Amino acid sequence: MDFLRPASWEEALAAKAEHPTAVPIAGGTDVMVEINFDHRRPEYLLDLNRIGDLYEWEVGADSVRLGASVPYTRIMENLRGELPGLSLASHTVASPQIRNRGGVGGNLGTASPAGDAHPALLAAGAEVEAESVRGTRLIPIDEFYTGVKRNALAPDELIRAVHIKKADGPQQYSKVGTRNAMVIAVCAFGLALHPATRTVRTGIGSAAPTPVRAKAAEEFLNAALDEGGFWESGKIITPSVAKQFADLCAAACNPIDDVRGTASYRRHAVGIMARRTLTWTWESYRGTAAPTEGVA
Amino acid sequence: MRVNFTVNGRRQEADDVWEGESLLYVLRERMGLPGSKNACEQGECGSCTVRLDGIPVCSCLVAAGQVEGREVVTVEGLADYAKQRAEHGSCGTGACGTSVDEAKGWQAKPLDSQTGEGTQLAPIQQAFIDAGAVQCGFCTPGLLVAADEMLEHNPTPSDADIREALSGNLCRCTGYEKIMDAVRLAAARQGEAV
Repeated sequence: MDFLRPASWEEALAAKAEHPTAVPIAGGTDVMVEINFDHRRPEYLLDLNRIGDLYEWEVGADSVRLGASVPYTRIMENLRGELPGLSLASHTVASPQIRNRGGVGGNLGTASPAGDAHPALLAAGAEVEAESVRGTRLIPIDEFYTGVKRNALAPDELIRAVHIKKADGPQQYSKVGTRNAMVIAVCAFGLALHPATRTVRTGIGSAAPTPVRAKAAEEFLNAALDEGGFWESGKIITPSVAKQFADLCAAACNPIDDVRGTASYRRHAVGIMARRTLTWTWESYRGTAAPTEGVA
Repeated sequence: MRVNFTVNGRRQEADDVWEGESLLYVLRERMGLPGSKNACEQGECGSCTVRLDGIPVCSCLVAAGQVEGREVVTVEGLADYAKQRAEHGSCGTGACGTSVDEAKGWQAKPLDSQTGEGTQLAPIQQAFIDAGAVQCGFCTPGLLVAADEMLEHNPTPSDADIREALSGNLCRCTGYEKIMDAVRLAAARQGEAV
């Protein structure tokens, strides 16, 4: 094994171009587990810790450009206002020690269906900034996950940053696990209201081969909210609408039975989380946007 | 490969390090510092917690090569680290730190121990002893490092703060209540001292 220590992003890209099998390591919270347990013996480890740019973020007019290695702890501390869904998701990642090292770039690189950040990224709307010596491209988050632990990166590409839409409305994140800390999701759900475009977006984790959006559920809800004038009136969501939305979210799952849970449990739980997160976010939206009269 | 880094305030050099080796392995097997415990090797248990440039991390998940030029504090250096922090805010003089030989022989013998061989303890270490928060002791080093770091930036933690800060440290003797007592005690003593 060779340990490559690029001092700059350009050096890292050159190293990845020269050694496409090199495994990037930043927080190490995925890679080191595989090495410690002898599940993986990469020819090259490409250490990204010395590249300071990857630990920075910029808040722009419409989006946050989040460096690939910004630890979850920093996201929770600094970006709660701009990225509420991702901040909530970050808080459910493992433990303080892991959140101090791990970041969204690693979650995307590993592309596990159980990665905690994915549902929040899908719900908020995001693009992955991938770069190689050939150039830079922005990969829409919907096209990024291509299979179980597979993503759209080319062998010579590295993730530099993620561009995440700033919240224009309430966002929520929900995760099912056996305990509060140090737990891999049995399943997870992210939901974001986008009042500016009058749309709702979702993200489902651990209930399909890849993280997915519940697109049919979104389309149904967007139409129902539009037709019923809910965005203008800020009235309470009709229970039958919430139920139909939850059922469609459950139907968007394609889960498996495994040690953490059965497929039918996951489908059921995703439906429950969909209804709850819709209720929580909608109540929050009503709290700020509802007319003052008649809100008891 | 060779790795140069600072351990408990002293410059160290580790040779013949395998590229896939963890910081934990380097500390335990190459530097002879077994205070950081090796249990799960997957970041679940927190018993290998050390501070890397001041931040608590699981040393089993840090590749040795990643610590090149960086600063590590292990439980063996915690007493001196806490002392320097209390007296100077941090190590300012260069005379502080714990040598590897001192660290190898480091034992928690409190000043009031009946054997009379007193050792300087960090306040959190003394509090763990006084509160009876040590059972088998395997999780203790990680808990000490994590709790000390929390008290550094949050001197008056709520119970929820303590639980959150220690949520990455597992104790299988089920001794969490005493551990909570110990951290509350350390916080209270820290408050009195100011």
